[in-house]
Amino acid sequence: MKTYSYYPGCSQLSSAEEYGESALRVSEKLGFRLETLPDWNCCGASSAHMTNHLLALSLPGRDLAKARERGGDLVVVCAACYHNLKKAQAEILEDPSVAARVERIVGADPRFEGRIVHLLDVVAEEVGLEALKEKVVRPLEGLKPVSYYGCLMVRPRGMIENDDPDNPRLMDDLLSAMGAEVKKWSYKTDCCGGSLSLTRTDVVVKLVNRIFEAAEEADANCIVVACPMCLANLEMRQSEGRLAFRLEHDLPVFFFTELMALALGMEGPEEWFAKHLVDPRPLLYAKGLA
Amino acid sequence: MINALSTALEKEVEERSGEKPRLCYQCGKCSTGCLFNFAMDILPHQVMKLVQYGQRERLLGSHTIWICASCETCTARCPNDIDVARVMDTLRAMALEGGVAPAERNIPIFHRCFLGNIQATGRISEPVLMGAYKTLSGDLFSDIGLAVRMLKKGKIKLIPSVVRGSREVRRIFREAKE
Repeated sequence: MKTYSYYPGCSQLSSAEEYGESALRVSEKLGFRLETLPDWNCCGASSAHMTNHLLALSLPGRDLAKARERGGDLVVVCAACYHNLKKAQAEILEDPSVAARVERIVGADPRFEGRIVHLLDVVAEEVGLEALKEKVVRPLEGLKPVSYYGCLMVRPRGMIENDDPDNPRLMDDLLSAMGAEVKKWSYKTDCCGGSLSLTRTDVVVKLVNRIFEAAEEADANCIVVACPMCLANLEMRQSEGRLAFRLEHDLPVFFFTELMALALGMEGPEEWFAKHLVDPRPLLYAKGLA
Repeated sequence: MINALSTALEKEVEERSGEKPRLCYQCGKCSTGCLFNFAMDILPHQVMKLVQYGQRERLLGSHTIWICASCETCTARCPNDIDVARVMDTLRAMALEGGVAPAERNIPIFHRCFLGNIQATGRISEPVLMGAYKTLSGDLFSDIGLAVRMLKKGKIKLIPSVVRGSREVRRIFREAKE
């Protein structure tokens, strides 16, 4: 079985546990293994690069050094981790003085020359959409998703592997291959508000509602994401709640890996769906998918 | 009003970010495409211009540098290949280092808590981060309803995941002080 190094990212151990678990399980089902990078640390997220550039190179630098030791390619599922690791790698490999500086700080060689790939790319490359279609045992009929990449998967321009940074289509194609009726919309790569979630909730609420309204207008009945921050903001920030927690929209939000597990007829999705703040089960029951 | 020109800021920004705001010809694509423009006091293309004019206080004391969420839409769309988001990063770092009172009080507090969490355990633990942020910002009462829902759904892990090489992580923080 082909094995990749795997960078889980902090969210996948906590609020987005269902993303991490479904990613691992689906990969195995598809015939490749994700082996967690030993003792990985947080990529620094927005807070590092927004306040200290050298830190934003060195925190990923320690992870890149570990990936280098292991060899091969590195698979990531969180769009923000993916973006940060890839940017740090590019700067380290491009500029020998940066590489030397990071090496001194980290105490190990950060020049990882393997590829950093998002799981979406791996599925397309390793399995291929035609072969995936044949593995589907429960077609996602009745689901009308819009795919929501969020901003960081497709930036900076030119860094994404197999997809168009202005109009990425890989997730649409993947969902279509599994029998869903994918809807078109123009909000695929809009930002959800990211790290302003706690500090300027008002701003994030505005962006999140705009995304839901656009999805509804596109006649979608769910939103599919590939980033834990996107899902968290979409589920948590439909209104500014204090004591109460109010949902303005009933469109469920899925990780693409959860729907893959469902379509592949795997055990597990029920348990993951129960963790969502917007319960997707009523929609799935109505469509005979659960 | 701008009544004196200085190139010092432009030079400093260029040196630190590797970007050249002077290449900006004010087409405004960054500002029209910015999803956060409604909450900004200075629009991104104006930031580029004010860097050229050396308007340090106005920029470092602006809401804009903190409201920018670094989604990089501006960078992706700049016809002259300026990494506008990188310039924003640089201005934020300069504001912090210069001890400028931030126009958005809570955002730098959040970043401090976030990085403090990584420094301590190597990874983010959501309850640790939330606790630190709530204490330091004094914003104790928002999101109580949400926290209850998340706990019920098992979305909050009370035991943090800790990196074994915590000394290595602390060393990174020590050495990366610019």
